[in-house]
Amino acid sequence: MKRIFFPERDPLERIKDFESVISEFDFDLAKKEADRCLQCPTKPCVSGCPVNINIPKFIKFLREGQIKKSYETIKEDNFLPSVCGRVCPQEKQCEAKCVFGKDAISIGKLEMFVGDIAIKNKWHKENVSIKIEDKKVAVIGSGPASLACAGEVIKSGINVDIFEALHRFGGVLVYGIPNFRLPKNIIEEEISVLISMGVNFHKDILIGRTISFEKILKEYDAVFIGTGAGFPKFLNIPGESYKGVFSANEFLTRVNLMYAYRDDYDTPIVRGKKAIVVGGGNTAVDAARTCLRLGYTDVYIVYRREEKDLPAREEELKHAREEGVSFRFLLEPKEIIGDNNGWMRSIKFSKMAIIGKDEKGKSIIKETPEFEFIDADTLIIAIGTTSNPVLKNVGLKLNEKGYIVVDENYRTSIDKVFAGGDIVTGSATVIEALGAGKKAGKNIVKILK
Amino acid sequence: MFKVLDKKIYNNYVFEIVVDAPLIASEAKAGQFCIIVPKENGERLPFTIADFDKKKGTVNFVIQVVGKSTQMMFDEDYDYLPDVLGPLGMPSVIEPLKEVLFLAGGLGVAAIYLIMKAYKEIGAKIISVVGFRNKSLIFWEDKLKEISDKIIITTDDGSYGVKGNVTTLIDDIFSNHSIDKVYSIGSLKMMKACVESVRPYNKKVIVSLNPIMVDGIGMCGACRVVVDNKIHYACIEGPDFDGNLVDFDELILRSNEFEKQEGSCLREYLLNRGNRR
Repeated sequence: MKRIFFPERDPLERIKDFESVISEFDFDLAKKEADRCLQCPTKPCVSGCPVNINIPKFIKFLREGQIKKSYETIKEDNFLPSVCGRVCPQEKQCEAKCVFGKDAISIGKLEMFVGDIAIKNKWHKENVSIKIEDKKVAVIGSGPASLACAGEVIKSGINVDIFEALHRFGGVLVYGIPNFRLPKNIIEEEISVLISMGVNFHKDILIGRTISFEKILKEYDAVFIGTGAGFPKFLNIPGESYKGVFSANEFLTRVNLMYAYRDDYDTPIVRGKKAIVVGGGNTAVDAARTCLRLGYTDVYIVYRREEKDLPAREEELKHAREEGVSFRFLLEPKEIIGDNNGWMRSIKFSKMAIIGKDEKGKSIIKETPEFEFIDADTLIIAIGTTSNPVLKNVGLKLNEKGYIVVDENYRTSIDKVFAGGDIVTGSATVIEALGAGKKAGKNIVKILK
Repeated sequence: MFKVLDKKIYNNYVFEIVVDAPLIASEAKAGQFCIIVPKENGERLPFTIADFDKKKGTVNFVIQVVGKSTQMMFDEDYDYLPDVLGPLGMPSVIEPLKEVLFLAGGLGVAAIYLIMKAYKEIGAKIISVVGFRNKSLIFWEDKLKEISDKIIITTDDGSYGVKGNVTTLIDDIFSNHSIDKVYSIGSLKMMKACVESVRPYNKKVIVSLNPIMVDGIGMCGACRVVVDNKIHYACIEGPDFDGNLVDFDELILRSNEFEKQEGSCLREYLLNRGNRR
């Protein structure tokens, strides 16, 4: 039986606003998809999930109409089902392990459905009040790894203080992922689970500046660092200083965290006509689709390898194509050309040639002597991020790329300091960060109990 | 939420606010800045810490009206600021020197004061040259006089002090003092001119850069500046840089990226404000 198609808004309609691409669907459709599940006793899907959600069990409860029990099953391992259902690359994780192959059960959509119903019924805020011990843990950053760690620690009755530098909580979920893919109210609702469990959230605090790391070490029984990989890479080519050139982080932060697209916010943003996004990951796709919604008429994603090498999720690429994003391949930017007023006007690309494949099947490319110029008024650089240097000089052991070195229990080189998520692995997925934060949280509980 | 404890208006463009922020005050050092969100749904704006009081737990900012957000901060008496993040950036490096020259233009006066104070505390002789467009724009004269061993005030139109700008008397100063190091804070054009006029004397000129910023914590790269032919992030590596190595021309070109949007935003606000009054 074929995989069920879940309704999406019409591409030409949805690019007029920043609202969700996925339309709401009812229980009957969710049940129809859930009914396809074979309930394999070996549970291959569970092994594909970085936090090992009991997927067959939640699907079984769902199709029996016991949605609350279904939600509680997911929540045992993941309290962000509405978020993860939307942004996890399920096709590479749980759904990749499904015995149905390309017609795998839409586990992500079902997870999202259950999470959304829980929010509507406020089940996510029904939490037993937890007796709090006098021990306390500091969690630095409020992205996925930190949230998962905080959840694990508070569950065992230990106090948690989360410190966030920005003015909203959620880390990359709020500044990086656009509203049309992950509505901001969903993040707020799911984070509120932790608030109702007793986690203390503190915004506008940059550890290492507002409060010294030494002071945190002294005042807390354990520390978790989940500061992510938010430091944007630039191309290091001539002309990067021209106006109209942005890192994807800046562009998306203005739009997502600071709502530059809304009239009731004061955040400025450049709204040009033709945008080029350099890169091929989910961030590049998010930036390109954001440009369409800001009114750009021509939006290109330019990637230096081939189409098949694009690291972005298939679903996001499909959405981008439907919405009118164009793709160019085998071009690498070499120079940005601007006018006398300092605005960029075009980009000079080297044409690349494929000379082989690496062990993962990714094309190996080489520069050719040929060039191509493409005119554009906006360039968004989405070629990846690296570790933020603010906490780099506190004595933690780092690897050659500047990420924090941890052992198999997520311990850093400093006693009682743990780390997890992108600050350890470099850019990865939301659910991988959740998995790391959760395991680190378990280990923190172990040393404090 | 951060309580605004006091507000002083210096002229039609410049005002000072005192904010209750004990954590920031306890860690603040000369040369650092904060990001302020002035109202709900507001922008994130960078302001240098102009002064602080560790005992009272307060931080002062001197703000100049440049766009809608700062105009609103000037017009409205906000009791609270939703967000103040700091202290950000690297503190100024205070070296054990004997005589230091401070060149400040306009609002730069507020940004340079704490650095002057830090040198005063280690016993250095403080030579200050501060420039304003005209007499009506002068602020903090007493505060500067108190810590300066010698102070010269210049105005473009000669309405007060020496007619000219902060570079006018450079040669005089260098022939009468043995300056070890120079700090220059003001507009990009002014700092560039200071670097040029000090060049013959072969002394280090430290400038404080305030490019466009969004998060202030090294996340967006909007504040990238070219120093010594390499990209640096002013928010986490600066704001102080060696003026001789800064590519000012590039910075000047970039600094007005959002001028059009900010201009129309301010005009619209002023129009509505006018109607309301």
